[in-house]
Amino acid sequence: MTRVRVEVDGVTYEDDVEPRLLLVHYLRDRLGKVGTPIGCDTTNCGACTVLLDGVSVKSCSVLAVQADGRQVTTVEGLGIDGTLHPLQRAFHEEHALQCGFCTPGMIMAALDLLRENAAPSDEEIREGLEGNLCRCTGYQNIVRAVRRAAREMRTPAQEREVTS
Amino acid sequence: MIPAAFDYARPTTVEEACAALADAGEDAKVLAGGQSLMPLLRLRLAYPDALIDLDRVEALREIRDEGDALFIGAMATHHQVMRDPLVREHAPLIAKATATVADPAVRHRGTFGGALAHADPAGDLPAVALALDAEFAAVSAERGERRMPAAEFFVDWMTSALEPDEILVGVRVPKLGAGWGVHYEKFHRTAQAWAIVGVACAVRRGQDGVEEARVALTNMGPTPVRATEVERSLQGRAASEDAFKEAAQRAAEGTSPPGDLHGSSEYRAHLARVLTARALTAAAAG
Ligand SMILES: Cc1cc2nc3c(=O)[nH]c(=O)nc-3n(C[C@H](O)[C@H](O)[C@H](O)COP(=O)(O)OP(=O)(O)OC[C@H]3O[C@@H](n4cnc5c(N)ncnc54)[C@H](O)[C@@H]3O)c2cc1C
Ligand code: FES
Ligand code: FES
Repeated sequence: MTRVRVEVDGVTYEDDVEPRLLLVHYLRDRLGKVGTPIGCDTTNCGACTVLLDGVSVKSCSVLAVQADGRQVTTVEGLGIDGTLHPLQRAFHEEHALQCGFCTPGMIMAALDLLRENAAPSDEEIREGLEGNLCRCTGYQNIVRAVRRAAREMRTPAQEREVTS
Repeated sequence: MIPAAFDYARPTTVEEACAALADAGEDAKVLAGGQSLMPLLRLRLAYPDALIDLDRVEALREIRDEGDALFIGAMATHHQVMRDPLVREHAPLIAKATATVADPAVRHRGTFGGALAHADPAGDLPAVALALDAEFAAVSAERGERRMPAAEFFVDWMTSALEPDEILVGVRVPKLGAGWGVHYEKFHRTAQAWAIVGVACAVRRGQDGVEEARVALTNMGPTPVRATEVERSLQGRAASEDAFKEAAQRAAEGTSPPGDLHGSSEYRAHLARVLTARALTAAAAG
């Protein structure tokens, strides 16, 4: 067992973990943060994407011990006091999900993309999300949702009210 | 699935890492970005006794200028490499090819050294290292450092020349000077996919045409291979599209491409010819 100290969605946890424990299992099974799903065994699907020290990673390919001393942000850490994050709202409003299994990973990958590129083209959105598979939507509405959220995140709320 | 149990060491220096690897014995493995190894552990296709995790060996992330070459630390991530100003200036073929590897999240963790040490013939970077005449630096606790050329590093399918107690510390990449154009042409059918065939190519043009051409192929055999017949037949030829197309006809000579559900070996040989012509043309234009 190895002692780890990890900050997840703003809360610090200390736990003894087996080295083989995957970060995604730590989040789900130990911390109860089941907002991050597991969709594959091969690091292909991206459903488990979280931010580790601010950058996107597939949490099924990281060991919990590797997150020791680091910060993890999951989809559960995005909304503040019941208010949805602009990406969450845009996914909802643009019908960017059907079963919703891929959505947490899509949103975390999109957040990472918008951190580096606040105004991506549709092509850049598609490339930014290339590690995330969706079996339902056909991606069109996902791209639309990210575009909408990007616009919203660039413009402060008051300004948006005036212009729209 | 859950990986089989293993001992875990998290060194912070190369010396500690080498010592830990030597102590852990033959069935230990180095963990770099984990983007190939973790899936293998989860599928239980690999079950090492111990993992030596290089994630916190900061010295191995360095990319430095050595005058006539760059030294790229084994733990430099794909994300880091494709944005690095030195790499973009002096080894743009690496930056271009790395941008085609996997997806952003995988590139945040996956490393340059890991992609080479893994020695997957479908990986994009082995062929690139071969085309650039890169030199590999490996270190062990017992025997210190040794260097080897790319052609000796890739031994067989998923097999590098690294000994079980050796760590790849980095790769020395000679700078390409003025007159060189480069291109990586990768053929795949879906997003975030491995190359069915890939062509890494560098062309130096002079006043009288092609002075030197280097062509290395991804996924055309158990290791990356240089298309030596193409290289030879281009020397001194005019740098025209017709000349590139003609030379590219020899791209599959001496290769042994695999046949699998992505394509038969004949199809791969065909692809190698078509993609080599495209890669040469793009490189000479760049
Ligand atoms: C979804 C997905 C898509 C991908 N697509 C591509 C692609 O299109 N093209 C491509 O080229 N790659 C692709 N990859 C692989 C990716 O490039 C990996 O990053 C790379 O193959 C392994 O690098 P790593 O740092 O993750 O190594 P790890 O997975 O940590 O290690 C891989 C192997 O190399 C050994 N090793 C690693 N570093 C060292 C070292 N310094 N010294 C000694 N041994 C070492 C390990 O022991 C292990 O056996 C993909 C991966 C995924 C998950
Ligand atoms: S569960 Fe992590 S990529 Fe599929
Ligand atoms: S909404 Fe079902 S997988 Fe994307």
